Amino acid sequence: MAENKKPLLKAEDVSEVFGGLKAVADFNFYINRGELIGLIGPNGAGKTTIFNLITGVYVPTTGEILLDGESIVGQKPYEITQRGIARTFQNIRLFSELSVLDNVKIAYHCHVKYNLLETVLRMGRYFGEEDEITQESLKLLKIFKLDEHAHEVAKNLPYGAQRRLEIARALAAKPKLLLLDEPAAGMNPQETHELMEMIRWIRKQFDLTVLLIEHDMSLVMGICERIYVLEYGMIIAEGTPAEIQNNPEVIRAYLGTETVN
Amino acid sequence: MDFFHQLIQQLINGVSLGSIYALIALGYTMIYGIIKLINFAHGDIYMVGAYLGFFGVTAAGLPILPALLISMFVTGCLGMVVEKLAYKPLRHAPRISILITAIGVSFFLEYTGMYFVTPTPRTFPDVMGNISFDVAGFIINGQQVLIFAITIILMALLTYIVQKTKLGKAMRAASFDTETAQLMGVDSDKVISMTFFIGSSLAAAAGVLVGVYYNTIDPLMGIMPGLKAFVAAVLGGIGILPGAVVGGIILGVIEALVAGFLSSTFRDAAAFAILILVLLVKPSGLFGKNTNEKV
Amino acid sequence: MNSIRKRDLAMLIFGLILYGAIQGMISEKIIGSFWQLNIILICVNVIMAVSLNLINGYTGQFSLGHAGFMAVGAYVGVVATVNFQLPLIAALILGALCAGALGFLIGLPTLRLRGDYLAIATLGLGEIIRIVIMNIEYVGGAAGFKGIPHLTNFTWVFFTMLFTLFFIKNFVNSSHGRACIAIRENEIAAEAMGVNTTKYKVMAFTIGAAFAGIAGGLFAHQFYLISPNSFTFLSSFNYLIMVVLGGMGSITGSIAGAFVVTFISAALASFPEARMIIYALALILLMFYRPQGLFGYMEVTNFAPIKKLLDKISGNKGV
Repeated sequence: MAENKKPLLKAEDVSEVFGGLKAVADFNFYINRGELIGLIGPNGAGKTTIFNLITGVYVPTTGEILLDGESIVGQKPYEITQRGIARTFQNIRLFSELSVLDNVKIAYHCHVKYNLLETVLRMGRYFGEEDEITQESLKLLKIFKLDEHAHEVAKNLPYGAQRRLEIARALAAKPKLLLLDEPAAGMNPQETHELMEMIRWIRKQFDLTVLLIEHDMSLVMGICERIYVLEYGMIIAEGTPAEIQNNPEVIRAYLGTETVN
Repeated sequence: MDFFHQLIQQLINGVSLGSIYALIALGYTMIYGIIKLINFAHGDIYMVGAYLGFFGVTAAGLPILPALLISMFVTGCLGMVVEKLAYKPLRHAPRISILITAIGVSFFLEYTGMYFVTPTPRTFPDVMGNISFDVAGFIINGQQVLIFAITIILMALLTYIVQKTKLGKAMRAASFDTETAQLMGVDSDKVISMTFFIGSSLAAAAGVLVGVYYNTIDPLMGIMPGLKAFVAAVLGGIGILPGAVVGGIILGVIEALVAGFLSSTFRDAAAFAILILVLLVKPSGLFGKNTNEKV
Repeated sequence: MNSIRKRDLAMLIFGLILYGAIQGMISEKIIGSFWQLNIILICVNVIMAVSLNLINGYTGQFSLGHAGFMAVGAYVGVVATVNFQLPLIAALILGALCAGALGFLIGLPTLRLRGDYLAIATLGLGEIIRIVIMNIEYVGGAAGFKGIPHLTNFTWVFFTMLFTLFFIKNFVNSSHGRACIAIRENEIAAEAMGVNTTKYKVMAFTIGAAFAGIAGGLFAHQFYLISPNSFTFLSSFNYLIMVVLGGMGSITGSIAGAFVVTFISAALASFPEARMIIYALALILLMFYRPQGLFGYMEVTNFAPIKKLLDKISGNKGV
């Protein structure tokens, strides 16, 4: 699997300026295939901005982002998804009026091969692929313990279930790299623990590389292999959970200067 | 020289027409600014104003100014009533519901109007006589003078209300962010109500002035000017008062030039072409700022 | 073989029975010429409403210019049959192609706009189309196009309507349709799930415009004369009302909406003044008490008894 040392995703000197304000400055990082990486930092540090840069929602002001060694800068979000990066959103963005099942089915979109003519005449590959999509979606829902809710409207799900559905939906796009934006936000410790197990499990099962933003330190320290710490749009530390926990810069960023000494 | 002369004359006509668009557009833009509704009934409110002015002058035999003021007051109240009955219950409904309701109110005003005053156009009496002024060879007639005077007075008054009074402050706060304004103690229902009153009375003034200017009114007269006033509001930047005025005048001038130098059948197309152009180049309008959704 | 296909077949058979019944009543003169005209108008309006629903209801792009595309189809159609002696089918196809092409050209730049701005832009474009037609002397200008052969009949409109319904239904129930619905629900999430949002907005707009063109062709050949005034933004409002009345995002709803609006306006034809007042009040009350329309997102096939019946016919065990 890790046949080469080329990272799956690499950002080189990425900066993003919003009207004079540097939201992200000289951001450098890499993720190797199969890794599970955490991105942490205080509120407003620019974490979600980095997700938006990777997924093409924003275009970097300067710098380069490489997926499998190829630049993805300037590509539209849907093109980047088609190339194998899927994400969840911090503020849940489900297709809220649709059924749980349909939410997942939509994400198979970029893998559908039947064309418009086959669609409207219902012939050729249409039936086969639609069946396959439904079956695979139900399988995914089962993994996330959502199968009993398959025909419920997404907005009626409890909060934790909505977060799980977001992950299920992202997986349906069959990504190589999964970006999770605060997956445990609003969950209780029990749910967070289950989520942690689930992330571990899907990573193995789907052969995924995962990058996650999270405030819940038990989750980040519990599953991430490597952590980047962001403050004011800049990386202030990088390392294993143990290294990060003892890094004075990180402690300062989180607790303020006075407490360093 | 001849071309130049004609150009100036068309500009005068254009500014007169544009002032009327501006008065309607102000109401449009105020209402949109505060409840984000394209009030399709606004043009019909203007029609009601024109008829009230007409009956004030003819049936009640009033001079034009009292008739104008009465029309403005009554139409303003009508605007408030429409808001109370039709829009207020839908304040938290999806946008399309309110929009469809506005279309419904528009139909209702048009056809109830038609029911009472018959569809036949009425001739607005000549209230200004045949006065006209010759300014360096350019003709400005009495109606145009009246339009300019009334428009300037009303705009000065509106500026005063919006900038200097407590109500105006509340209106600005509410159009910036209704919910926060409410938290700060602004009675948003009252502010919205007053916005409809002011917007509708401005439209009524425009209606009466159009009656005086073109001498003819009919129950469907509000449809096109209503739409064009909205174009003017979009052109200036929706929700921005000076934008509505500038947008209205630009639109009036362009229409007068198209009608004068090209063909009057393309007059309406010109307005819509401007609309499309503005929306594609700078949807926030001449005076507006661009905003993006946060991800 | 497949349960979905069997359900389609069941609906087709139901359509044929309906056709037979109405056609029978027309030939037996049980339905007079007034109601015959209105039945034809209902079918044309169903095509208009369903195609607009694809844009407004399913894709969530607020269009107020649908009558403009209908006008293109109508005028292209009559020029084809009158000036080029083409058969009706060719006129309809040409009308659909031209309206669709125009929809594509207009949609590409315009669909970047959102919500109210898109609504007002499409309204403006619809009016521009009408004013341009009004200034083309070749098609009669403001006076209208005269001498159109009466080629439309119940059979034509009914089967064209049926074709439209199947086309849109199949489109909506596919990955392409789901992409459109995803845009309505959350554009940013749709894009993040790999949906090329621009492509699907334009696709929905183009398909909708093409079917409006077909409806225009059928409409035009029902009358001796058409004029640009039949296609003002007020007619666009009317189609929008059908869609909202029936339920945005429901094909059954659009059929019901087209039926109710056309039927009521025919039934009240003898009270022209009161008609529009009642219509306006009904519209306002509908928004107060049932803003999601008669059907909301539901289809007639979702209702328990009908679903059961269809499942029985198609041998579906139920999902």
